[in-house]
Amino acid sequence: MSEFSTALSLAFDLLRHADPVLVDIVLRSLRVSLLALAMAGVLGFALAALITVTRFPGRTALIIGINAAMALPPVVVGLAVYLLLSRAGPLGGWGLLFSPTAMVIAQVVLVTPLICGLARQTLEDAWREYAELFASLDLGTLRALSTLLVETRHSLLTTLLAGFGRAISEVGAVLIVGGNIAHVTRVMTTTIAMETSRGNLALALALGLILIFIALLVNAGVFFTRELAARQGA
Amino acid sequence: MRLRQWIVVALLFGFLHAATAEENVITLSSTTSTQASGFFDYYLPLVKKATGVEVRVIAVGSGQALKLGEQGDADVLLVHDKAGELAFVEAGYGEDRREVMYNDFIVVGPGKDPAGIKGQQDVVQALKAIAKAKAAFASRADDSGTHRTELRLWALAEVDARAASGTWYKELGTGMGETLNTTVGLEGYTLSDRATWLTFGNRGSLRVLVEGDPRLFNQYSLILVSRKKHPNVKAEAARRFVDYMTSGEGQAAIAAFKVGGESPFKPNYRGGE
Repeated sequence: MSEFSTALSLAFDLLRHADPVLVDIVLRSLRVSLLALAMAGVLGFALAALITVTRFPGRTALIIGINAAMALPPVVVGLAVYLLLSRAGPLGGWGLLFSPTAMVIAQVVLVTPLICGLARQTLEDAWREYAELFASLDLGTLRALSTLLVETRHSLLTTLLAGFGRAISEVGAVLIVGGNIAHVTRVMTTTIAMETSRGNLALALALGLILIFIALLVNAGVFFTRELAARQGA
Repeated sequence: MRLRQWIVVALLFGFLHAATAEENVITLSSTTSTQASGFFDYYLPLVKKATGVEVRVIAVGSGQALKLGEQGDADVLLVHDKAGELAFVEAGYGEDRREVMYNDFIVVGPGKDPAGIKGQQDVVQALKAIAKAKAAFASRADDSGTHRTELRLWALAEVDARAASGTWYKELGTGMGETLNTTVGLEGYTLSDRATWLTFGNRGSLRVLVEGDPRLFNQYSLILVSRKKHPNVKAEAARRFVDYMTSGEGQAAIAAFKVGGESPFKPNYRGGE
């Protein structure tokens, strides 16, 4: 049990002194995952909206495929992106392997299906509910869709938070395509794996606590912003 | 577009741009032992100061390190698997192999030592005793230099350890540090490089039980990835790095690196061999 108390006080010390190495790693984690989330959000919501309002052959298969892709193993995604970006791979000429950009790409692949799958369910349920109303108001598809997005914004925000959680906590993909290079591609999760391999279990656990703390801050921030907006809207 | 959106876009491109490589930044594919010991944190700033070359390290097992070189994803390698290295150069993937430093392997095991190998001078006899006692032994099983050495030692002991895989012989498929963590939990034995062991923070009841056998010698070599196979390789900067590491100054700096009073790596570049 002593590891836990040591970890707790270590985490506290690191945060209090705003340890520069830690700050660097935390900022990189946030930058990579938020950038990936922004791209996955745009892609996922667009695809979800498209599936909601259109009917085409293979639509059911696509929905099942997207839902299944929510279970994509990060390490497999990492390996696939590695093979694509490797110098010997088809996109090797871009020279992106072992860069933050490669990590963003891998996380976009991981997070997009999750966001798309959850958002599609939300939008489709709402679509069914409002379909008659939209028809009676004679709204065009685009107008109807933007109304839907506004009406379901709270659920969609939760979807984004789930996507953020998947991105920031994932280690399998970013380790392979990023390489855990100090000051370049080292993020929270790869540092935790590295410190564990050095047998610095208390430090690894402390970093884990800090990661959870950051997730907590992000979620609390979103929650209270939403509350505030709801109160002002009322 | 509103101002705020422009700022986001500008940040995005700045971020992506920062990721593109420069001529003086090279990728070194190396082993977990060199990273885990903290050697690179100490050594790479010295390299940068002396040569202006910024070295980015990917720390993996020697097998994977050679694979990265084969794929052209690294400019230079620092590995410890002579047979694999010679095959790599032979196949035209690398050139100018230089033996640069060494340390040794050790057999670590629990303090209560059920196989009774403590103080054994002969590592092959020690492995035979472990197999005979069916005492838990954790194998890296990850095609690393350490793993390949371990397999050679089992062959010398004439023990088919892999036939016992899943019983007393545990094939983990992990790096040295993870394997040591598991060995602590198993109260078992394993073969470790000395550098990882010296800095390892979670030793539990593990002790060094066998050391000093000449067969536990562990040579590290530098290999330049050949530009003939991969024109993107930054040969010039990579050569400056290799020249520094094999120079008098670079060799002295290796010897000066200490962990707990011991040198995890000892320089031994002989030149032009």
